[in-house]
Amino acid sequence: MTARIQKQANPESLLLNMGPSHPAMHGAVRIMLELDGERILNSEVEVGYLHRGFEKTCENRTYFNLLIYTDRLNYVSPLINNVGYVMTIEKMLSLQVPERAQYIRVLMSELSRISDHLTCLAAMAMECAAFTVFLYNIKAREFIWDVIEATTGARMTTSYIRIGGVRADLRPDYPESVQKAVLETRKVLKDVHGLLDKNKIFLSRTRDIGLMTPEDAIAYGWTGPCLRSTGICYDVRKAHPYLVYDRLNFDIPLGERGDNYDRYMVRMEEMEQSLRIVEQCLARIPKSPGRVMADGLEPAEAIRASRLKKPGQAIRLSPNLEGAEKDVYKNIMADDPRFIIPPKEEAYTSIEGLISHFKFFMKGHGIRPPKGEVYFSVEGGNGEVGYYIVSDGSDKPYRLHLRAPCLHLLASLEDLIKGRLVADIIPTFGSMNIILGELDR
Amino acid sequence: MEKKKILDEIEQAFPEKVLETSAPFGEETVELRPGALLKVVEFLRKKPYEFTMLLDLTCVDFPERDERFEMVYHIYSLALNRRLRIKLSLPEDKASLDSLTPLWKNANWLEREAFDMFGVRFEGHPDLRRLFMNEDFKGHPLRKEYPLRKRQPLIPLRKSP
Repeated sequence: MTARIQKQANPESLLLNMGPSHPAMHGAVRIMLELDGERILNSEVEVGYLHRGFEKTCENRTYFNLLIYTDRLNYVSPLINNVGYVMTIEKMLSLQVPERAQYIRVLMSELSRISDHLTCLAAMAMECAAFTVFLYNIKAREFIWDVIEATTGARMTTSYIRIGGVRADLRPDYPESVQKAVLETRKVLKDVHGLLDKNKIFLSRTRDIGLMTPEDAIAYGWTGPCLRSTGICYDVRKAHPYLVYDRLNFDIPLGERGDNYDRYMVRMEEMEQSLRIVEQCLARIPKSPGRVMADGLEPAEAIRASRLKKPGQAIRLSPNLEGAEKDVYKNIMADDPRFIIPPKEEAYTSIEGLISHFKFFMKGHGIRPPKGEVYFSVEGGNGEVGYYIVSDGSDKPYRLHLRAPCLHLLASLEDLIKGRLVADIIPTFGSMNIILGELDR
Repeated sequence: MEKKKILDEIEQAFPEKVLETSAPFGEETVELRPGALLKVVEFLRKKPYEFTMLLDLTCVDFPERDERFEMVYHIYSLALNRRLRIKLSLPEDKASLDSLTPLWKNANWLEREAFDMFGVRFEGHPDLRRLFMNEDFKGHPLRKEYPLRKRQPLIPLRKSP
């Protein structure tokens, strides 16, 4: 394939290929460089190596089914993608979510945001030769992922946020595990500040490198921590509050210069703010009435028991169907049987429940939003994650488009590295947190 | 009240260019005639609106309509804290419109994506190539007639010199 840069390049300069498999390219992205010595004269970024037809696939899946594909977009913070998609559908259906579920969503989003920033800074610091920071950050992320794993059942491919609410309630011991994660992350943040903030090697590779002016950042459509590092205050959580963000206290950290160091600093400060939000959520989350976990019966036993049961007697399901019990539903799921999976007790023990279960999953039935189009966005790890969905009234989206924040960030890389040295690509690329799963879709 | 105002003002400023204004789900939408895009967008970028950010650009394919491609732009104003959606319809045989690359830098990649996926052409784009697909790719994958599981021939290995 002949790239633009190959045609334009000066015959005397050196053409260098960086990527698509390169240790410092997170994922598979190819940067062609035209070099004069070590200075970059021109460059060309080529993406698409991870394109898997997300939007096309979604047009052929039902609204319920395609949730799992949203996990795989930004795979470091899948829960935020889930929230974005699910809330777009809820906006179309005008569905009200219970308060407890809203707090759980905020809690999970903020934990994901911390894990996203930790991963980004870990990789960035490692590439700037600070391997200790990498290990510390990954250690803190493990504590956060422990909470996520205990709640959702998976570390990365969570599919936890569902249309109408969340899949299961929090574990009974969640306050302790979340507090432990918060404590450990605070410790790590303090250590990382100590290791990097005034570190000469780190500063010389990040200060005044990858400079972006506020005007250019807007012209490139930057959002998230990268836009805020240039000093522009735009955060979807504040600008268009969703869930319960308008009731929580948090600040928006801003940078001044818009260089790599500011992007690092904004991410560090944002994690502090996210920890604040997590603590407020812990304090304010409405208590769930009744038991959080059920010690009940396997489906087969439940069916047998239902044949013998007396009127008014409840049947509990086993913990591995957790989250699908009727008792839990009223805390974490919207009160509209058209758009949520019927509780498992009903599906297993009554003919009406079975019918409504079938109706939910049958082709052409299930969730069918009204005709129309909707755009909704949430604040993701690296910017505004927006979903644009066109519905034709059927059970599949007519068109689903994802606004990937990374695309807008990476589009500016050619400008950021022009005239700089080859070594400057690595911290610049690292500080932007390019997630190819989201960019290439 | 405020919401209505902006749409009305656009309609008053360009009476012959605006087809329809609406606000489904509270999202303000302006439908324009083809060819009117640059003028309207330049008007919206100035004060007092200052829609300085191009959030998103995409296309929707409606094969059964006469004007098959619907271009959808989402722009955002930091000053007003408000989003606006602009829509244009294009027929298949004349699927081209003005490029926004002189106004927004990220339009470069977004328009390349729309070209890649739908085959819509942008006039004045400096480098209109496919973004995600390879150069030899036949067809435009997000058009409705493109089958979900269609295979493309493998790219032949380049002979080493």
